[in-house]
Amino acid sequence: MVTFQEISPADFFYRNRDIAGFTNPSRAIFASIRELVENSLDSADQMNIPPEVYVRLSQENSATESGNGVYRLKIMDNGSGISARHIPSAFGQVLFGSKYTLKQARGTFGLGGTMAILYGQITTHKPVLIKSSTGTSKIYEYKLMIDIQRNRPLILDRKTRRNKEQWRGTIVEFSLEGDYLRAMSKILEYLKQTALVTPYADIRFVDPKGRLYLFSRATKNMPPPPTETLAHPYGVDVETIQRLIRVTDCRNLLDFMRKHFHRVGQGISLSFLDFVGFIKTANPQRLKPEDVTRLVETIKKFKKFKKLFGKVSEENLKASLEKTKSQNMLDFMKSNFPNVDRTIILRLLSSAGFVRTKNPKKLRPDEIVRLVRMMKRFDGFLPPDASCLSPLGEELLRTGILKELKPEFIAVCQRKPSTYAGHPFIVETAIAYGGDIPKKDDFVVYRFANRIPLLYDEASDISVKVIRSINWRRYKVISGMPVAILVHVCSTKVPYKTVGKEFIADRPEVKSEILNGIREVARRLQTFLAKREHVAKERRRLSVFSKYLPKIARFSTELAGKEEEPDIELLLRSVRKFEEKGD
Amino acid sequence: MKRKEIESSAKEKKKEILKDLKGFGRKLYCQMELGKFPWVEMPSRSTENIFYSPELRQYILGEKSVKRSARNIRHIRPFTQMVWAGFFASELVKNRKTSTLRDVYYSAQAYEMSFKDQPESNNIITDLETATGFAREDFNVFPEERSAIFGDLTIEYTVPGYEGKQLNLTSHPDGVMIGPSLVSSEFVKTGADKVIAIEKGGLFTRFVEERVHERFNALLVLTAGQAPRATRHFIHRLNKELDLPVFIFTDGDPWGMHIAMVIISGSANAAHLRGLTTPDAKWSGVYATDIVDYKLPSDPLTAVDVKRLHELEKDPRYEGDLWKREIKTFLKIKKKAEQEAFSRYGLTYIVDEYLPAKLEAMGD
Repeated sequence: MVTFQEISPADFFYRNRDIAGFTNPSRAIFASIRELVENSLDSADQMNIPPEVYVRLSQENSATESGNGVYRLKIMDNGSGISARHIPSAFGQVLFGSKYTLKQARGTFGLGGTMAILYGQITTHKPVLIKSSTGTSKIYEYKLMIDIQRNRPLILDRKTRRNKEQWRGTIVEFSLEGDYLRAMSKILEYLKQTALVTPYADIRFVDPKGRLYLFSRATKNMPPPPTETLAHPYGVDVETIQRLIRVTDCRNLLDFMRKHFHRVGQGISLSFLDFVGFIKTANPQRLKPEDVTRLVETIKKFKKFKKLFGKVSEENLKASLEKTKSQNMLDFMKSNFPNVDRTIILRLLSSAGFVRTKNPKKLRPDEIVRLVRMMKRFDGFLPPDASCLSPLGEELLRTGILKELKPEFIAVCQRKPSTYAGHPFIVETAIAYGGDIPKKDDFVVYRFANRIPLLYDEASDISVKVIRSINWRRYKVISGMPVAILVHVCSTKVPYKTVGKEFIADRPEVKSEILNGIREVARRLQTFLAKREHVAKERRRLSVFSKYLPKIARFSTELAGKEEEPDIELLLRSVRKFEEKGD
Repeated sequence: MKRKEIESSAKEKKKEILKDLKGFGRKLYCQMELGKFPWVEMPSRSTENIFYSPELRQYILGEKSVKRSARNIRHIRPFTQMVWAGFFASELVKNRKTSTLRDVYYSAQAYEMSFKDQPESNNIITDLETATGFAREDFNVFPEERSAIFGDLTIEYTVPGYEGKQLNLTSHPDGVMIGPSLVSSEFVKTGADKVIAIEKGGLFTRFVEERVHERFNALLVLTAGQAPRATRHFIHRLNKELDLPVFIFTDGDPWGMHIAMVIISGSANAAHLRGLTTPDAKWSGVYATDIVDYKLPSDPLTAVDVKRLHELEKDPRYEGDLWKREIKTFLKIKKKAEQEAFSRYGLTYIVDEYLPAKLEAMGD
């Protein structure tokens, strides 16, 4: 007999932890640190204060039967803190989070932090310790475990302390099984790259051997915080619309579109609903005299209408209305004012109160599907704006790279906002040369998405594909040069290919922005390299002259039987002068 | 003979060379003092500037000249090397020391003037020859290859430690090496009335054994293959200073022919120099026609030999009837013979029969 059973989200991720990046003990320890560090950075960003994150990993006992150690991980931040009533759910319930909004943040699912704790629990069966304060007079301490089958926190203990020093932030501490030695290089690389892309953060890491890795902030300037945004019509599906219908208080589709969608105003809303065929206008046959007066008044009231419709008298209009066979005002106006744009007529009719649209709550399922389908087809929507995004900005990007790589040359570029499938995104690129960058056959590529370093699956990533497709010789870049390329993609929805946030998929819009961004910085690198080459060539030239001229002077003096050598300073100077001119 | 004159002529030459080198240095020195990049102008040695002069019966350089300037980044290194070579040559001449091309290559390293390789160093010496008009032997730079002379000629040395000492060149049966001291010596007297140059050592020894120098009253010169420049110069002197006719015996093949030709008309490589040719010298065999007339044992011509013959056909130095006839005969009979081929008629046949016949035919 087949048995059916429902499982909770926590249970689901317990059974499928691979998809969240907890594949093996070394990945698990890396993913745990990463998820919690990202939560900490996000919570400080939210408060617009420069983050301070302290991470300590210590060994509890060595080598379990599986060969891995048990570690205790402690992460402390100065972020927003979590209010007392949300603490248990935030850490003891999978998919409970503050990030289900349309603005850029590192995390998106409310999954990572809890997954780390869940992983700790299933490998060590120990509770997690949370301390948090939002800066009020109290600090709350919880000892929690997760009821995996029911996806509910189990509170083992809770304490309240007085917060004398007005501390604000969160401390998470728990045990987990892992393999630090194998994860070490990735963890350090992750922290280094995080420091690079978050130059305003102080990150400290103490590893199990007691070594302190310090990534000090280089600036206190933070990028402007993103604002929450509405969904763009291009990016929604039937489910989203149905949820919106459930909660909306709008009584008609015109208001519904304006209120719940990104960059949709009265005009666009009208045109779109007209495009879908969801607009009804009054029947001219049944107009009352006051309706006609209202229409004429509306035309008179707005300059724009007056200019386009000209002088319209009630008498004339009434006469036309009597003659017409049109069944709706839109057709009537259209035939009477053939030169006026349809949208303007719609606007006029709407202003004068002749337009009716359906109550969204009364839409039939097939109408909802039609609405969504038409949203994708309508070309009158404005592209999303980027206020919901928080790119790092050229200045901070430069600061971060200088801090971590100390290059000889650096070029950064922030592209203009663009969109794919209704999601706004911004690409930032940088190229750095020399300094701490190793000389390798291949470039060092730093990939970031919403300020998260992407460390795995480099070969599958779009940026790497773009970099490979470029003919670098054109930019005077040859193999073996110390070159690092950085690509940062910010979006309300980064096109990841997997849940593990490891690489970005091939989206043509994103690809072309990345390509243009890299070309831009590569051109500047080319200028730098060309100049350097020129200087080196001139230096070589000068060294040839200063090597041989004195010898010519010496030997010809001997040959001529003279005592004193001729002064060749003048000649050498003339060569140098030439060099400056040529520069 | 007149010792004073001998001494003075050697000193004269030395003075002239030193004066010339000093002038070279002074010119560069003045250019630099005037705040100019030093430069020199000299005849171009590129192939399009090498011409055959029927009057001089040798290759000469044409009108084209090249300017070497220290201002030019590509010139400054060879320019400096040339100035150094001039300095080095003047030191050699002043101190009466001799040197070789290999020596020059190594000596440069002591002045931090390292040459890339031997050809680069050789080329710089040729530059100096071109710029000054003197042969490197005049600067006491001698090649490694050595050839020899035997016969009744008394010379007087001018080299340090041997000044005034005289030597008769019959004093050693292996012949006397034509080295720096012999080349720089003065001729005192000779009983010979001709010079016979021989390509190969074996035949040279045979000639000495058979007393050819006495029987034919000749000075015997061993060229040891292609005659070195010092030897060519020496033959030139024997011809010019002592008025001795020169006969050249080589193998009967295109290569032997050319050994004779270089002694007579010089080479394109030495187009910038005079005094290395002996236009009146005669090639006296082995001819292609000798192979037929004397029924000499022979080898077939190889493809390379044939190719060389076709090259020689177009060479302006091979204008004369004798040359044309022999090239044609070689190509016709497709055979070649070495000098030793005469041994089939007995070891002394070449001296007893062939040589007298040849010399008579050559109008001696």
